[in-house]
Amino acid sequence: MAVYIVKRFFMMIATILIIATLTFFLMHSIPGSPFDEERTTNPTIQANLEKFYKLDQPVAVQYVYYLKSIVTFDFGPSIKKPNETVNSLLARGFPISFELGMITILVAVISGIILGTFAALRHNGFIDYMAMTFAVVGISVPNFVLATLLIQQVAVTWQLLPPATWSSPLHMILPTLALATGPTAIIARLTRASMLEVLTQDYMKMARAKGLTPFRVVVRHALRNALMPVVTIMGTMLAGILTGTFVIEKIFAIPGMGKYFVESINNRDYPVIMGSTVFYSAFLVFMLFLVDIVYGFLDPRIKLHRKDGDV
Amino acid sequence: MVQKDERVTIPDEWFKPKEKDSDIAESVVRPSLSYWKDAWHRLRKNKLAISGLVFLIVLTLFAIFGPVFSPHSVTGTDYPNQNKAPSAEHWFGTDEAGRDVFTRTWYGARISLFVGVMAALIDFFIGIIYGGISGYKGGRTDTLMMRIIEILYGLPHLLVVILLMVVMGASLTTIIIALTITGWVGMARIVRGQVLQIKNYEFVTASKSFGAKTPRIIRKNLLPNTMGPIIVQMTLTVPSAIFAEAFLSFLGLGIQVPFASWGVMANDALPVILSGYWWRLFFPAFFISMTMFAFNVLGDGMQDALDPKLRG
Repeated sequence: MAVYIVKRFFMMIATILIIATLTFFLMHSIPGSPFDEERTTNPTIQANLEKFYKLDQPVAVQYVYYLKSIVTFDFGPSIKKPNETVNSLLARGFPISFELGMITILVAVISGIILGTFAALRHNGFIDYMAMTFAVVGISVPNFVLATLLIQQVAVTWQLLPPATWSSPLHMILPTLALATGPTAIIARLTRASMLEVLTQDYMKMARAKGLTPFRVVVRHALRNALMPVVTIMGTMLAGILTGTFVIEKIFAIPGMGKYFVESINNRDYPVIMGSTVFYSAFLVFMLFLVDIVYGFLDPRIKLHRKDGDV
Repeated sequence: MVQKDERVTIPDEWFKPKEKDSDIAESVVRPSLSYWKDAWHRLRKNKLAISGLVFLIVLTLFAIFGPVFSPHSVTGTDYPNQNKAPSAEHWFGTDEAGRDVFTRTWYGARISLFVGVMAALIDFFIGIIYGGISGYKGGRTDTLMMRIIEILYGLPHLLVVILLMVVMGASLTTIIIALTITGWVGMARIVRGQVLQIKNYEFVTASKSFGAKTPRIIRKNLLPNTMGPIIVQMTLTVPSAIFAEAFLSFLGLGIQVPFASWGVMANDALPVILSGYWWRLFFPAFFISMTMFAFNVLGDGMQDALDPKLRG
């Protein structure tokens, strides 16, 4: 297990390094300087600006500074917003995006597992067909389409819920719903498929033969084994949800990191784009690392293997 | 009685053994059911998958011929007629510049299908070559190539795509390039897994013992037998590429106005959604969802149809 964690850890560092390097050289391959604008700047000011952002140094030196800034977690000032730094934008925006992302994944995991389990237990029954219809539709409707439909129907036509912003739990319902439907559908399908497989295993017969209550049989014996595939896709799913927050925040006017990120793309504010890409990637790769370790602890085969080694 | 006697009397010559005809003896009378024919038979029974296929064929026809036959042009503005509801003149209504939504919807279908199919095809070629080499060579080469894939797999794809789009500038070509740079990894993994499994089967050994060279084994033995999962993966790549294109266009990183893609149209409709111009959002949203739905059910259906374990 320790070897496994160390190996995974170095893979994580390598991935973060690759994306950081990629980001850096991609951004530097764009022709022209961020200060090329229509009006000509005073050459002295230009030189000072370039000095301030270290653009007068050779690329290799800039790269070293850049790596240092990542390790020290200081992504530098924004170019288009003079009084802001990338860190201040992240500090303001990321907690909100993180909240939206975490609520979404919680909703998706819980409802997806429940839906998938009931579908498998009533295989080919009414609940099964309903759940699977929902699943295919949920996968097919893009989240930004769903978000706009929800605003139009629920918020505007029926006036049930507020259409935008992130100020109270009521405001959180529509964005979460829009963002969680796709992942819920994926988890439901996955849970159903692996539950169907697990339910035919001999140990399920054994569990029932022991006289356990149906609830105990399903939760302790079937679900525990059926949820392994769900754990494996959690990492990539989280990546999808966190990038999904970009559009959802744009649609619902939520002041999260997605809003600043989209703004920085439209303004070509390179330090912000670079900083937030690296920050998000590092965060996601770290999540992937955590998921892998959790999987290692949950997977009975890996545990069994370790016990054999100990004895 | 006479009748009975007649029946019992069988001429002796009837009992002569039939002469051996070596041509006919080995022939199979019933038409042979190849893997693909069998898969098609099973797919045909799946009504949902077939309706997805039919929808996609109709959509393709409209994407090709719709803009040609429409009296309105894709980018042609007509300001007096802005934001008109669907009518006999404009079947799907018009947008804020008076552009015909009907024509733009089919133009958007072109973009979406083109992006989806191109991304799937390029993924396919890169994935086959990379995964094929990795799986067939095995050993050190395989370990190294898989290490690279593992690291690439950990990258958040959509972020990389956004980054590439920012750097390369928004256009159709750059969308496809950005999508394939991140997309081929999944295909390569599948091809490798298949090749690893199949290269140890007896018929490959038999082929080798007849003196078949590596290129022939790859072409004749490995590729045809790995096709099932690869085609399924391709069918499922298309909707995710279509989604990514719409997502990028929606963020302002895709096709630029006045040209149309479903993502652009949905994005343009967003500010006016409270004004009741429902058709501007409905048509792109409906077709994007239906297309992804069709590809998803078709992919699911093919997965079941091509699974050799289910072959009856």
